Amino acid sequence: MRARPYALRKATNAVALGLTGAAAALTLGILFAILAYIAANGASALNWDFFTKLPAPVGETGGGLANAIVGTLKLLLLASAIGIPVGFLGGVYLAEFGHGRTGFVVRYASDVLNGVPSIVIGIVAYTLIVLPMKQFSSLAGGVALGIIMIPTVVRSTEELLKLVPSNVREAALALGVNEWKTVLFVVIPTALRGVLAGVLLSLARVAGETAPLLFTALSNRYWSHGWLEPTASLPVMVYTYAIAPYDDWHRQAWAGALVLITMVLGVNILARLGVSRRASAS
Amino acid sequence: MRRSTSRRDRGSDRPRRSRNPSDRLFRGATLGFALAILGLALLVAWQLFIHSKLSREQFGWSFLWTQTWDPVAGQFGALPFIYGTLVTSVLALVIAVPLGLGTALFLAELAPPRLSQWLAFMVELLAAIPSVIYGLVGIFIVVPWVRVHLEPALSGTLGFLPLFRGAPYGVGFLTAGLILAVMVVPFITSVSREVLLAVPRVQREAALALGATRWEMLRMAVLPYARSGIAGSILLALARALGETMAVTMVIGNKPQIAASLFEPGYTMPAVLANEFTEATDDLYLHALIEIGLVLFVVTVLINGIARLMLMRLAVPAGPVKR
Amino acid sequence: MILKSLRMLLVPAALFTVALPASARPALVNGAGATFPYPIYSKWFAEYAKTDDKVNFNYQSIGSGGGIRQVTAGTVDFGATDGPMSDDQLKQAPGELIHFPTVLGGVVAVYNVPGVTGTLNLSQKALAGIFIGRVTKWNDAAIASANSGVSLPPNDIIVVHRSDGSGTTFIWTDFLSKASPEWSKQVGKGTSVNWPVGLGGKGNEGVTGLVKQTPHSIGYVELGYAQHNKIPFAKIENAAGEYVDCSQESVTKAAAAAVATMPADFRVSITNPAGSGVYPIASFTWLLVYRQQKEAVKGAALVRFLRWMLRDGQRFAGPLGYAPLPPEVISLEETAIEKINVPS
Repeated sequence: MRARPYALRKATNAVALGLTGAAAALTLGILFAILAYIAANGASALNWDFFTKLPAPVGETGGGLANAIVGTLKLLLLASAIGIPVGFLGGVYLAEFGHGRTGFVVRYASDVLNGVPSIVIGIVAYTLIVLPMKQFSSLAGGVALGIIMIPTVVRSTEELLKLVPSNVREAALALGVNEWKTVLFVVIPTALRGVLAGVLLSLARVAGETAPLLFTALSNRYWSHGWLEPTASLPVMVYTYAIAPYDDWHRQAWAGALVLITMVLGVNILARLGVSRRASAS
Repeated sequence: MRRSTSRRDRGSDRPRRSRNPSDRLFRGATLGFALAILGLALLVAWQLFIHSKLSREQFGWSFLWTQTWDPVAGQFGALPFIYGTLVTSVLALVIAVPLGLGTALFLAELAPPRLSQWLAFMVELLAAIPSVIYGLVGIFIVVPWVRVHLEPALSGTLGFLPLFRGAPYGVGFLTAGLILAVMVVPFITSVSREVLLAVPRVQREAALALGATRWEMLRMAVLPYARSGIAGSILLALARALGETMAVTMVIGNKPQIAASLFEPGYTMPAVLANEFTEATDDLYLHALIEIGLVLFVVTVLINGIARLMLMRLAVPAGPVKR
Repeated sequence: MILKSLRMLLVPAALFTVALPASARPALVNGAGATFPYPIYSKWFAEYAKTDDKVNFNYQSIGSGGGIRQVTAGTVDFGATDGPMSDDQLKQAPGELIHFPTVLGGVVAVYNVPGVTGTLNLSQKALAGIFIGRVTKWNDAAIASANSGVSLPPNDIIVVHRSDGSGTTFIWTDFLSKASPEWSKQVGKGTSVNWPVGLGGKGNEGVTGLVKQTPHSIGYVELGYAQHNKIPFAKIENAAGEYVDCSQESVTKAAAAAVATMPADFRVSITNPAGSGVYPIASFTWLLVYRQQKEAVKGAALVRFLRWMLRDGQRFAGPLGYAPLPPEVISLEETAIEKINVPS
């Protein structure tokens, strides 16, 4: 240390460390402020109608977002049907066999997909599905969300499978168990809880995606039947209602935000609890 | 929760390739899915490339530095959007780097480990909040606050700088940057925290043994060691900020212009896609928008690639699960 | 536990998708386009659903540009616009599109000027000056000269325009082009133009919201949006030099001149016509329907709706801030509906 008085150094130390504390307090303060605003504004607008009724015509008060809630669940279902198998099995490949060049390339491709802004995935879903089928649809929206899910599922699956100690694999193989049986019935079950948590987190993430739905699922004032009609979804409705001039719509936007954020944060906390219990149990 | 300790202890003692047909089938099946991911990434790039053909042929590279965005005359240049994206992202980093890094230092060095884990989780929740909700909070809370309090205060004190001049609109670069800053803080905090925790004990102990204060130890022994990891986290945050769509679209003001003042309304690449994609009335217009998507794709791929290279050396997982 | 919660999340979704189609499902006819008539279309489709349970009309207000684009691409069953399609645009469409006027509406200059309570008078010159960026302060002589007795603040004018492709923009810039040669030369008219100044808001909804939220701003929206949100709007100078309030009556007068010369394809501009008591920034708004329909059910539903709209729908126009169609136009349209081919 250079010759600086000890008192000055001590003071610098206190100020600098104090500033890091202030930064942490500010960051967490912002989180709680956002949550509190949404809870306060959303709770006053939530009622039973919100969950059971269709949107009211413009300018009339009342109505709800029942179709948007169901729409979001439908989109998540389809996204899972695409994102989970592809992401999970791709992750299994990377964890178990992906040491060579193929593994490197696939890992890089998955990272690329993860880095692509979600609105760009929306464009691709539009050119691939909406244009050829000549209609906006839940299908296009679900595919877009599914593609966005894939890289996060890949990554969490790969990481968690790699956490399984190699002596577990060796023990099974030494007993003469086939490689595929070892992976399917020994390795994967060991890591299952964590893998599921990863899947849940990726679902929570796409549940709030708005941009890729704007020109794939579009929106719908009514129930959407089957997979080939446009569908409402919570995030898109929150967006539409937020930029509109109607006070009643603003209230519903806050209510929608509250429902959405409860879903998303609830799943995050659930996944976190699941993982930490595994950690403390082992 | 994702810190990997076992990554390095698996060496070349992996099970050898099996000749069992069912094993080969299993391996082949998972390989198929892995290749599907590769195919998908290529498909995304290809779609963007072929569907921007008209615009690429018409404007060539000048698309990137032309300022005019005039759908009536069929003149398209992406510069105002590139500018808006850069300004908002850089502004976000200027705010988020000290905030995120300070938080990371506090969590990694000062908070007790158990508490630190929970606080880190809560910071990551900031990344879990959907973008559209940031936009909602932006429109109804941040925009009025910026217009009534922040912008008059800034132009009153720092008005001699061209950055802080002009009418207080509320919507514009400044508000978008502020909201983006909050959105990317968790990326800096969570990765930097992991990097800091990975700095070997001996580094710290050596500094402390020399009589350094805690801060001096951090500044001279820990931060330099963690430098490239922290830089990686900042790049990840940048990539995220560049591609952020909804929250920015809702507060940026939607005006394709290059303005010196942060108070002015602007436009970003993702925002123009969100607003204009469904309504591009002719093919050239549509292709110009898709070319913006292509630019965005290339830029984020590059930045993510560099960030991951920097983090790979440290074997630290890249960021919260949300990008 | 996680497995269970995953199931909890997915099972209801699965149930919904299975259960819903089982009930009697009405056909869904999708449309998209102009935000200008969105309030009345939304009302119409809700009212029409009460009389016809075989069909639901889902209308998304994405802007006139979007309406033209998506109906041309065939991704929606009908489009809607307040700026008629150009000949080029019509040629790009894969089939013959018919314009059906639905109602008349006026575009008003809404403003948010703290301290000004009365109605402002805006001359054509002042309006063009504001939007081209030459008149930048609220107390500029160009505004003050027509508003003696009103104390105007010295603040900057914040211009709000549309960020999306918009028929309202078409009407507005069509009017400005007729009002100001400079505008016509420098900017021109279209569903989206290269704005010299201002902020962009998405949709009539977005512009209304921005003006409502931003002090010292001025924007342009369809009359109903201003009325419904209780935002003041200016009296505009017409071709005869009078300052006229936008109302059902003054908008109807603007259409009167066009009725006699209505072209067979209904594509007509009625901004800044001659005559007294005429509001100068008004327009028809149109539905875009393919002459050759592809699907029997949807095509028949569209025809039924168009007839209902002309006969029963018009009475909803007034309360929502629109003017009903002149009877002559209605009878011309009823003939035009006959041209639509619906496969059997």
